[in-house]
Amino acid sequence: MADDSVIGKRFPGYEFPIERGKVREFARATMSRNPDYLDDPAAVIPPTWLIASGFWAPDDLENPVASLNISLARLLHGGQEFTFFGPPPRVGAKLTTESWIDSVYEKEGKRGGTMRFAEMVTEYRDENGAVVAESRTTMIETGKAPTEGS
Amino acid sequence: MPSWDELNEGAAPEPREYGPITRTDMVKYQGASGDFNPIHHDEEFAKSAGYPSVFSVGMLQAGILAGFATDWLGAANVRRYSVQFREQVWPGDRVVCSAAVTRRYEDAGERKVDVELLCTRVESGGAAIKGEATFVVV
Repeated sequence: MADDSVIGKRFPGYEFPIERGKVREFARATMSRNPDYLDDPAAVIPPTWLIASGFWAPDDLENPVASLNISLARLLHGGQEFTFFGPPPRVGAKLTTESWIDSVYEKEGKRGGTMRFAEMVTEYRDENGAVVAESRTTMIETGKAPTEGS
Repeated sequence: MPSWDELNEGAAPEPREYGPITRTDMVKYQGASGDFNPIHHDEEFAKSAGYPSVFSVGMLQAGILAGFATDWLGAANVRRYSVQFREQVWPGDRVVCSAAVTRRYEDAGERKVDVELLCTRVESGGAAIKGEATFVVV
């Protein structure tokens, strides 16, 4: 998978404003009817909403996942965690992201063979520079892509 | 919203069913999240990759389960939400979300509960998402 040199290297991020329409769209898409998301002009974000930030990155931004050197066909999203250091941020906040690969490790798979894991952390800071949330993505490199299997 | 006294270990909301999850639901989620991996909306692409059809983005059912949890304990009260992806969710699947308190405690002057969360496929009975969360109780 990756060489160790990539671990801990900070990848500067980008600005990520929390817009009311995007929060409402996301809440609806996840089948929520909660007025705290849909009707409050200063809605808090749904717990998994920050996942959308990764896709708002500028195209030319250096990406920690690319540094792992994993074939995308063999990359699985194994787990996802969001931590909020207070109430989740609200509509109107302007967050800034920073990401890094936190760890790379191997585990023996249940059906034999070694599975390789990588954890990426993204930190979200508000306008005052305070870390308000953190996202941790667990990626699994499978031995074979489904298309490579029998 | 349940009170602190009601949130003993094992306290649980009424489970709730969502779906059937359609291809449109999957596309809607992809649009909202910005994840346009074609394996979740392009039938030909999914089949050429060896799958019987498109399948849902794991983060869709993770998001449904998160909404179920915040309906119960409050949108502003969540402090941690963590999921592991298990079985894939296929077009036409219905899923049931359930939850229970696993720990009730005070931490740095705040009342908190840890909860376990489950999103199960009705068709197979298997877990699609296993989750955990921490909420403050106000």
